[in-house]
Amino acid sequence: MADFQKWRRSESAQGLFLISPTLGFALLLLAVPLIMVVALSFWTQDYLTLDRTFTTANYQTAWTEPMYQYLMARSLKISIFVTAVTVLVAYPVAYFISFHVAPKRKAMWIFLITIPFWTSYLMRIFLWKVILGYNGVINGTLTGLGIIDEPLSFILYNQNAVVITLAHAWIPFAILPIFVALERVDRSLIEAAEDLGDSGLRRFFRVTLPLSMPGVIAATIIVFIPTIGDYVTPRLVGGPNGLMISNMIELQFKKANNAPLGAALAISAMGIVTFFALVFLWMNRKYVRGPS
Amino acid sequence: MTQKIIRLSKLDKFYGEFQALSQINLDIQTGEFFSLLGPSGCGKTTLLRAIAGFETLSSGSLHIDGVSMDGVPANKRPTNMVFQSYAIFPHMSVAENIAYGLKARKLPKAEIKASVAEAINMVGLEGFDDRASHALSGGQRQRVALARALVLKPRVLLLDEPLSALDKKLREQMQSELRRLQRAVGITFVLVTHDQEEALTMSDRIAVMFDGKIEQVASPQILYGKPSNRKVAAFIGMMNFLDAKVLTTSGDNVEVEVQSLGKLTLPLAQATGGLNGCNSVGVRPEMLTILMGSQTSEREIEAEVTEVYYYGDMTYYDVKLPAKEDPITVTMRNTAGREVLEVGAKARVGWSTSSLLLLK
Repeated sequence: MADFQKWRRSESAQGLFLISPTLGFALLLLAVPLIMVVALSFWTQDYLTLDRTFTTANYQTAWTEPMYQYLMARSLKISIFVTAVTVLVAYPVAYFISFHVAPKRKAMWIFLITIPFWTSYLMRIFLWKVILGYNGVINGTLTGLGIIDEPLSFILYNQNAVVITLAHAWIPFAILPIFVALERVDRSLIEAAEDLGDSGLRRFFRVTLPLSMPGVIAATIIVFIPTIGDYVTPRLVGGPNGLMISNMIELQFKKANNAPLGAALAISAMGIVTFFALVFLWMNRKYVRGPS
Repeated sequence: MTQKIIRLSKLDKFYGEFQALSQINLDIQTGEFFSLLGPSGCGKTTLLRAIAGFETLSSGSLHIDGVSMDGVPANKRPTNMVFQSYAIFPHMSVAENIAYGLKARKLPKAEIKASVAEAINMVGLEGFDDRASHALSGGQRQRVALARALVLKPRVLLLDEPLSALDKKLREQMQSELRRLQRAVGITFVLVTHDQEEALTMSDRIAVMFDGKIEQVASPQILYGKPSNRKVAAFIGMMNFLDAKVLTTSGDNVEVEVQSLGKLTLPLAQATGGLNGCNSVGVRPEMLTILMGSQTSEREIEAEVTEVYYYGDMTYYDVKLPAKEDPITVTMRNTAGREVLEVGAKARVGWSTSSLLLLK
């Protein structure tokens, strides 16, 4: 009893008490559903009833059926593409704010970058439909100027549209970690590189870029992980060729009435995301520690 | 034959309205250990960075080795710098840091390896090649920064307060090591420092700077013994000042009326910065003596001890002269048989006319 009293007053107990609402919330709404999905993926749907005998058949289907392999590969391809575009566009913006904006204006620039968040993501998707559509802003302008005779059809309802829409949505999230990493680069190191004979481009690749890699990797993780499982963007602007694995998971849970297979697909996708996340974390550790 | 490696002429630097450097004229000789000395904010670092190519000049000219540096970026100048923070690349090992500039020159691998090994030897970091930079002590980082710059065999090595981050003992050790290194490699060193002792012990010549202007350029002995004005005299070592008024000049002598000491005739040479505007007399504390018993001196004056600072080997006395409000300082070596006076004691202070400087 005395031990319990002592424990109750300890710092760790107070810490646990403080996080308990969040912890309870997370357990109830994240861990429990996740465990349910994992359990579900080892069962079988038998028309209206669930057969609860353990089976790996769903995973075998998920990993061998060409259609699922194809959709998984496409999801990976699209999210790698989105991540690459996002980071490549975000880096120069972050670099500009960190190196060329007066210190007292930096906060304002970061604030301006968050302005897109004032509009809901769904609204932004619909706006991209208006911009990219058959009778949309781009086609209207190009036909109006006489550059093209017929509206372009390859810009909406395909993978390009998914990449453009997702990249636009995620760029602010990528700018922030890269900006923070660049802010932490000691400017005297860049001067030292110049002093030792490197031109601007060479000192960027030998000093600035390697030292800002933790930010680049953080941005990559932040963009890559959510986009691989994105559901709403491919659904609204992807068309039939732009569908991704999450759309198939939804299909299995609903129309196809095969929740266990949907669960197996979901868990498989999670496994792949986890693998990539670990690779990024390993890369980050390498850059943070430097040569040992 | 001495040659001028660096020539600065009528150099100005403005930051907006603020003038950081004003009308700097300075020649630095090939192979000398030159120091820029001054209090913080005097523009010495700005001047060093201007030589390195990190600051653009508002006006004036800068020549290194006879070549105008106008429009020449830092990476194309024959100078290398040891930064105050050392600026060791954190993502590289010791050897990679030292090889950085050699790689920038795209030298063959074998040559880089040999040069790096030689440089590591020179600064005494054998066995540290693969050490990560964050696992180095302050003194080791300093050596890496030195090796990284010297391995490129620059015409001029610029050092921006390289010792200020080290503790006292290590600082003294690095002072003598820097001096030894400079003699060994024969490269011109330009050192920025606010520590007058550091400048005096290490340099061949020193430029003293105040408020963006160079006040005096001279060897350590001349700077200490014959400062050109009151500001320099007060900054380098300790100096007692007495009000003085120039009465007449005759030939090589000048007659002055000095506070407490009375009317004196001094050689004109003791007006080290010229006679114009002289209004005080300076005398170093060690040039004064507290006379004991039957000791005599060329001149002497009665004074009262107001404060005693006992340092073991030395005693510093604050003594009050008649007709002078602030006390002056006298330093005495505690030789055998010399007693340490107490506060309030009467003292006979011995002095000589030859140790007085006439300053403006």
